[in-house]
Amino acid sequence: MKEKSIAGRRFRDLLVRGLACLAAVIGIAFLAWILYVVMAHGLGAINWDFFTERPAPPGMEGGGMGSAIVGTLVLTGLAMLIGVPIGLLAGVYLAEFGGHTRLGECVRFTTNMLMGTPSIIIGVFVYIIMVVPMKNFSGYAGAVSLAIIMLPVVTRTTEDMLQLVPSALRESALALGAPRWKVTLGVVFRAAKNGLITGILLAVARVSGETAPLLFTALNSPYWLSSLNEPTGNLTVTIFNYAMSPYPDWQAMAWGASFLITAGVLSATVFTRSLLWFRSHR
Amino acid sequence: MDKATTLQVKHGLAEVAQEPVMTASSSRLLDAAQVKISTRNLNFYYGDHQALIDNNLDVAANKVTAIIGPSGCGKSTHLRTYNRIFELYRHQRVSGEILLDGKNLLDPNWDILELRRRVGMIFQKPTPFSMSVFDNVAYGLRLHYRMSRGEMQGRVETALRQAALWEEVKDKLDQPGMALSGGQQQRLCMARAIAVEPEVVLMDEPTSAIDPVATAKIEDLISSLKNKYTIVIVTHNMQQAARISDYTAFFYQGQIVEFGPTKNIFTKPAKKQTEDYVTGRFG
Repeated sequence: MKEKSIAGRRFRDLLVRGLACLAAVIGIAFLAWILYVVMAHGLGAINWDFFTERPAPPGMEGGGMGSAIVGTLVLTGLAMLIGVPIGLLAGVYLAEFGGHTRLGECVRFTTNMLMGTPSIIIGVFVYIIMVVPMKNFSGYAGAVSLAIIMLPVVTRTTEDMLQLVPSALRESALALGAPRWKVTLGVVFRAAKNGLITGILLAVARVSGETAPLLFTALNSPYWLSSLNEPTGNLTVTIFNYAMSPYPDWQAMAWGASFLITAGVLSATVFTRSLLWFRSHR
Repeated sequence: MDKATTLQVKHGLAEVAQEPVMTASSSRLLDAAQVKISTRNLNFYYGDHQALIDNNLDVAANKVTAIIGPSGCGKSTHLRTYNRIFELYRHQRVSGEILLDGKNLLDPNWDILELRRRVGMIFQKPTPFSMSVFDNVAYGLRLHYRMSRGEMQGRVETALRQAALWEEVKDKLDQPGMALSGGQQQRLCMARAIAVEPEVVLMDEPTSAIDPVATAKIEDLISSLKNKYTIVIVTHNMQQAARISDYTAFFYQGQIVEFGPTKNIFTKPAKKQTEDYVTGRFG
């Protein structure tokens, strides 16, 4: 038997640490790069009118993204109202009640499939089930397709987060004579709160940048939102249209909108995270 | 509690409890009036594996009964049948009877929420909920009782005092329960369990995750609680069993090898296996 050399061990340690660092830096570098590019091009387009005006025809001075911003906020909000409760409850079912049953296995499998489904397919699906029978593009259809995209993200993170809660916690609540549903909502949810909120945020971040599912459903509109039963203006499809257009002022607007979405998702995440942090470190 | 105590006083049964006589016709150690919980031919299965074999055990009212034995002998499994907490898991089932005040608590018609209010439980690791100290103690109270805010505050304070925690937490009732130290968390769990005024408190190795000083506090607490509650404690610490319990049951491989007054089990055990275990020769 021969002792391993200390120098060799140190070298391997350094190598693994170095590679891990490098990978982390590459990941962060791309993120920083995207942020830089979006900011450099987009910041110039941001002014007061950008938030308060609706889009102007090409060549005309001024105009803004106000109507699209409102549209995106309303669509995302409505999608959350539909997707988050269903996703949370499905996750609760998988983690707390029927995860081991046949139905549970089915739900988990379908959820994974849905997670990997290209969003344009979901757009086409909602087009068939809502836009065709209702005979018009609508904000409702847009919100439904965004909700379907949120669903598997919320379901999976909910299941994962609830499974991290030690069973001793469930047992001690049950041992006090609490019914199962109160244990889940009052004790287990509380213990998993940070994880659940992170899951919801992830889902919101995911859909707030989706374009494909809106192309066939909410479509787009240059007008202020007056009814969700008609084509609804939104940032992503506007970016898509404007970026493809030959007009430099429209292209600048597209950059501005890209910056706004990126900054919005970023600040929402940072805000929620710091709120949670402050609460737990009070 | 009252019934048993009066009987003891009236007929001098307290003496009998100290030196019970095992007769050939009955393996029962206690007078019927003293028995709070009685298991009859209790068998327990994890799937196909039988973990408890024909357990017959009487738990005396207002006494501390300790369950000792080597790891995997079925101590915790036995304890976990008393409040049917095992029902949370699939593939775990039980046969036989567990009589609580003479009624079989395994009867499916027994309201399980009421059963668990009467039979509380403390676990190995402290399990404060992610809420304030006050809300932790009030959690069980809110489940079972409707009361004014003032009465609630009174009950929470009483429970915390009983758990010898009030002086330490009275100024931080609105802080998270998780912020307390390990020993304080365990006493918080005790306050939470006794706040709903159970009749029996089950303890599953309540001090095994806690430092010696905090353990001493909890042992004192257990001794002070037995006037009000019937206590069954699972412990792998034989000194602890000897210090705090009135009766001790020695489990081995799912069977109750010996049961009797703690003094007897530790000083003149009837069975060789018990003697080997309590003298540290195995286990």
